[in-house]
Amino acid sequence: MSNVGTSLARKPADYKSDVKPIWCPGCGDYHVLMSFTRAFAQLGLPPEKIVVVSGIGCSSRIPAYTNCYGFHGVHGRSLALAAGLKVTRPDLTVVVASGDGDGYSIGGNHFLHACRRNIDMTYVVMDNHIYGMTKGQPSPTTEPEFDTALAPGGTGVRPFHPLVVALASGANFIARCFSGEPNETADVLAEAIKHPGFSFIEILSPCVTFRPDEKAWKDQVRPAPVAATNDQGKAARRLMTDDGFNIGILYRGNRKPFQPAVAANDIDLSVLEKDFEL
Amino acid sequence: MSKTPGNPKVSSLNDLLAVAYQIEIDAVERYNELADQMETHNNPELVKVFRDLARAEGIHGEEIRRLAGDFDVVNHALQIARFRKSESPEEAELDSAHYMMTPWHALQLSLAGEKRALAYFTSIVETAKDPKVKAMAAELVEEEAEHVNLVNRLLRRYPEPSNSWAEDMDPPVSQE
Repeated sequence: MSNVGTSLARKPADYKSDVKPIWCPGCGDYHVLMSFTRAFAQLGLPPEKIVVVSGIGCSSRIPAYTNCYGFHGVHGRSLALAAGLKVTRPDLTVVVASGDGDGYSIGGNHFLHACRRNIDMTYVVMDNHIYGMTKGQPSPTTEPEFDTALAPGGTGVRPFHPLVVALASGANFIARCFSGEPNETADVLAEAIKHPGFSFIEILSPCVTFRPDEKAWKDQVRPAPVAATNDQGKAARRLMTDDGFNIGILYRGNRKPFQPAVAANDIDLSVLEKDFEL
Repeated sequence: MSKTPGNPKVSSLNDLLAVAYQIEIDAVERYNELADQMETHNNPELVKVFRDLARAEGIHGEEIRRLAGDFDVVNHALQIARFRKSESPEEAELDSAHYMMTPWHALQLSLAGEKRALAYFTSIVETAKDPKVKAMAAELVEEEAEHVNLVNRLLRRYPEPSNSWAEDMDPPVSQE
């Protein structure tokens, strides 16, 4: 991550825009925003060298609340946008923000292939186990027994396990954080940004409006009892007993990031055209 | 999340002043953030309460900066005053906010913050080796104790609301 350490005198407030968040008071996403700005300040990144890309949903509003470059994209496609951006502008630090609906359902397939490609960017999913913006439909991480007017008696469907999917698909850095611990989350985010390749962080971020029960998360989360590993097998075994509340870095891989040898801007289009001649 | 005070290392008078300053500045930022939230959610009474609290903390911060004299307490705070495993002691807990909260709730958040700050400076009095640090920390304890009393006095003006304070006639319910 080439922009790290460019300036050490930046404050978190330097990364905040004048746009006021419209999340519900008490929402975990306020803390996530705080973690973003603290991590950027910690790394001394110039705001103009960071791009925050998002899809659709409460969490995806985050680019507007930073004064970095931002791209509020279409539903579930944030990773596709970010991948295109990073391969053409490898000099930029690309951070992608999503939610459990946007990232694991509509954008689920992009998630798999982003892990597999291992482009050097950081993917943050603010997971509240519900579609908040559209008023409380079950998401891929909603517990099967969670009873709502839209899914009476619960969905009965096994929830998606994002860390398992990320590990199996090839993500190079995998962590889970809790929004209510913004300093610790900022530290993990800073590490994720520095780590080469595709970094994935699931941040448990309670939805106080449609999942008030998630306020209890702050008493349920705990530091993972083991340190991060670079062994996929070990990481997989740890996930087999994971109840979703272990916080910390699970996996730090050594896989080489994908980066095309020639940046797209330098390609001579006539040469490219010749390649496609029949 | 534990609100137990974190661990900036305080080994000199300048460190203590920097930490004390940062605690006040963090509180200002948090109250303003809460005021912004209340503005967005059209709760003007709370906007005023949070802005007033921010203003009060800002005055305390300025007092500490003046007390530090020529020493650049602002920059030193940026270097050392980072709380780990918790947020800054006086920061009101963001996750306790609610769009229909009342001044009583806001003052409860403030009271909890003042008590955490009181506990933090008390722990410095108890553990500091340097007599100057100990003496200054004791002064800060007195200050914080006075702030606790002040918030308690303010709370007399705002009685605890009934259990239905969060009842919304047009709630953000799930789709039927």
